[in-house]
Amino acid sequence: MENYDVYEYDVLIIGSGGAGLRAAIAAREAGCKVGVVCKSLLGKAHTVMAEGGVAAALANMTNPDGSKEADSWKVHFVDTMKGGAFLNNWRIVEIFAKEAPQRVLELEQYGAVFDRTPEGLIAERPFGGHKYRRLNHVGDRTGLEIIRTLQDKAVGVGINVHMEVTCTRLLKNADRVVGVLGYYRESGRYIVLKAKAVVLATGGWGRMFKYTSNSWEGTGDGLMMAYEAGAELLDMEMIQFHPTGMVWPPGMRGILVTEGVRGEGGVLRNKKGERFMFNPDYMPPLYKGQFADTEEEGARWLEDKQNNRRPPELLPRDVVARAIYREVEAGNGSEHGGVYLDVTHRGAEYIKRKLPSMYEQFHAMGGVDITKEPMEVYPTIHYTMGGIRVEPESCATTVPGLFAAGEVAAGLHGANRLGGNSLSDIIVFGKRAGEAAAAFAASAKQGEIDDTQIEEEQNYLMSPLLSASGENPYTIHQELQENMQKNAMIARTEAGLLEALEKIQELQKRAEHLHVDGDRFFNPGWHAARDIRFMLKTSEVIVRCALERKESRGAQWRLDYREMDNADWGKKNLIASKQEDRVQITAVPLQEMPEELKKLFEEVK
Amino acid sequence: MSNITLRVYRGNSSGGQMVSYEVPKAPGMVVLDAIHYIQKNLDTTLACRWNCKAAKCGSCSAEIDGKPRLMCKTSVEDYPEGVITVGPVRAFPILKDLVTDVSWNFRIASKIPPLQVREEAAGKPFVLQQVDVDRVQEFRKCIECFLCQDVCHVIREHNRKDAFFGPRQMVRIAGLEMHPMDDLNRREQLRAEAGVGMCNITKCCTEVCPEHIHITDNAIIPMKERVVDDYFDPVSGLLRTLGVLPKRTKKPFKSVPNEQTVIVGNTTLAAK
Repeated sequence: MENYDVYEYDVLIIGSGGAGLRAAIAAREAGCKVGVVCKSLLGKAHTVMAEGGVAAALANMTNPDGSKEADSWKVHFVDTMKGGAFLNNWRIVEIFAKEAPQRVLELEQYGAVFDRTPEGLIAERPFGGHKYRRLNHVGDRTGLEIIRTLQDKAVGVGINVHMEVTCTRLLKNADRVVGVLGYYRESGRYIVLKAKAVVLATGGWGRMFKYTSNSWEGTGDGLMMAYEAGAELLDMEMIQFHPTGMVWPPGMRGILVTEGVRGEGGVLRNKKGERFMFNPDYMPPLYKGQFADTEEEGARWLEDKQNNRRPPELLPRDVVARAIYREVEAGNGSEHGGVYLDVTHRGAEYIKRKLPSMYEQFHAMGGVDITKEPMEVYPTIHYTMGGIRVEPESCATTVPGLFAAGEVAAGLHGANRLGGNSLSDIIVFGKRAGEAAAAFAASAKQGEIDDTQIEEEQNYLMSPLLSASGENPYTIHQELQENMQKNAMIARTEAGLLEALEKIQELQKRAEHLHVDGDRFFNPGWHAARDIRFMLKTSEVIVRCALERKESRGAQWRLDYREMDNADWGKKNLIASKQEDRVQITAVPLQEMPEELKKLFEEVK
Repeated sequence: MSNITLRVYRGNSSGGQMVSYEVPKAPGMVVLDAIHYIQKNLDTTLACRWNCKAAKCGSCSAEIDGKPRLMCKTSVEDYPEGVITVGPVRAFPILKDLVTDVSWNFRIASKIPPLQVREEAAGKPFVLQQVDVDRVQEFRKCIECFLCQDVCHVIREHNRKDAFFGPRQMVRIAGLEMHPMDDLNRREQLRAEAGVGMCNITKCCTEVCPEHIHITDNAIIPMKERVVDDYFDPVSGLLRTLGVLPKRTKKPFKSVPNEQTVIVGNTTLAAK
């Protein structure tokens, strides 16, 4: 076994996006010694890429008659459950909708500077699936504002930050998690972070797909570390295809185009110029009658939201993504295989003020002036609703000493996430996870580290460098991406998923014999060798769950089971866990919603 | 399709050299795409940082043909000769290839206290007009690419990291100093340890800012004026004593209450 550096904390946070940083602040304020691990530099996590806004029912917006929009946690609750096709954990959603407004206002106290209404309050914009204007925003760079605010606050309360450390294995003592093994990306040197409690805030996984808005970090490492440590995974088949990713140029394919474009009045058209979202075939029964029937009403809604209904471009993401997919399949696609998203009618000045980073992104990197021409867009892998199963109140996983918050955790979004709910997720449950981990740490001792676990992981990590020959991890990654894109994307069938599974198993075998050149000093090839094995296992779990769920619901769209099966599948979640070397999948019944919450669906029609 | 030649710096703290790679050109290709092509197909050991690939995270800073730029935002079409030189930012110590040790920026940042809300506004929703936060929002667009730090003479040529926090942190402090709800006298820090006086207004930082923040005109110069006004102008000092000008009301500056923030990196450890 090779030597390693050791650090000891009361609470260790793995991941430094919004959830991790909010957890760090909470644990520190509870009096703990806190360590935070960043896979990249501090402040570069995926939160920074979030654009449109943070959803919280502050009810700041005014109607034309002078009254306030009737938003409340109750409406937010109903919208989120409907958006998630009722697969969500109602208790998690309830906590979320109730606490989101306080958490947003707290950000303001920490230093976040949101856009303002004429009355001087935080400005809120409309978004898909939200009944009222609810996305508190800063132009189209809300995520940057939030991560920078939390970053500044966190270093202000006193924490240790470990930058550019990749964690690869949770260390256990009997049942309990007692720390983690990782390596410094710079030098490859090993590091062991011991802690009385560990919070996983490692975000989602999108890199196994070819076109994704995720960065290199989204490999499922946090998720798989938890899985290997015995944690249960929930709803893993549910992966969000954001309807609007960039299509052209090829290097930009998959990069996100904020839903804020549609929130600010952007319209979708096919190559014939049709506003295809008005096609009644695309309207889910659950939302019938709640959206504008005509383009005229949609246009009036821009100025008068009280007396007109929203245009159907603002249906939930899964609905819009499927419609775009079907338009392109039907031969109505744009030049480069997408559809058109047009916001030019809002005028150059307005667009540059409300959507500055979209303007810049298309102008500098896409060669398109969005104030004059439409954008080309197509669905891109964006977010993972599934993840680690957690307790609603405490974010505790099924493994003692291990907590999870943010995108890596599951339960809030069900089968489909509404835009803006991810940013409120991370601040609501980041705080709760940090507090619960601090409480756990207060009554726990540091656990013993078992060096055999460390040696085993080190050997695993070293094998691609020590092997005389073997496959290039990038080649396997590319084949995995092609496979997942083709067989596990937006439209799924049993035949396709079986093909995907077979291919994954073949790649898993090949990935046992990798070879990379060079040494351990900042060597991307070496990093990729560990990442690909996390990605393959994650992909296997996704595909197995997608095969199991024989219905269409939210992000899971099965061409061979087109109906939503409320009598059976709508009543259960899928749980994946490790049994020996096998992925075990179990269906568990959803918890019955209490009467007072059921009533809300009548109340807020 | 035609090829381009990328000349990329390969090396570490003990030295290195430019190495040429032939990369097939694709429509709309940016320099980061070309670097990724090399990593995947020609040399998997080539080190670079990147995250969002959309100019939002500020990770892929480099010097392209000698100019500090984001690799994700630099089109290969801008170099019609078809030869592009890519090196690491030079104001910070190299670790490997295009990766440098920028941890100093994070250590300096931890010395700046976050917003300290005025008592009457604490714990309540702020009521602020858009015009009153426009300027602060400009500063908060910063993506921490540190290109401004890289090009700043005080840091790059004179290596006075001991005396000047650099343009990035001037923008950060300006965002707090001009925040209508902040109640901390930031000018004390600006004058002393942050060293706002070190800047000689060459505006190089403004030129390289990918977020187009008017660093010099909107952040540094007004703050220089405020510091001069407070500490070096005898007339306004006298007028303040006589009560003609309002007295300073913000709370006296305290350094970050908690000295326990530690940015841990390999370099920090090596120094131990």
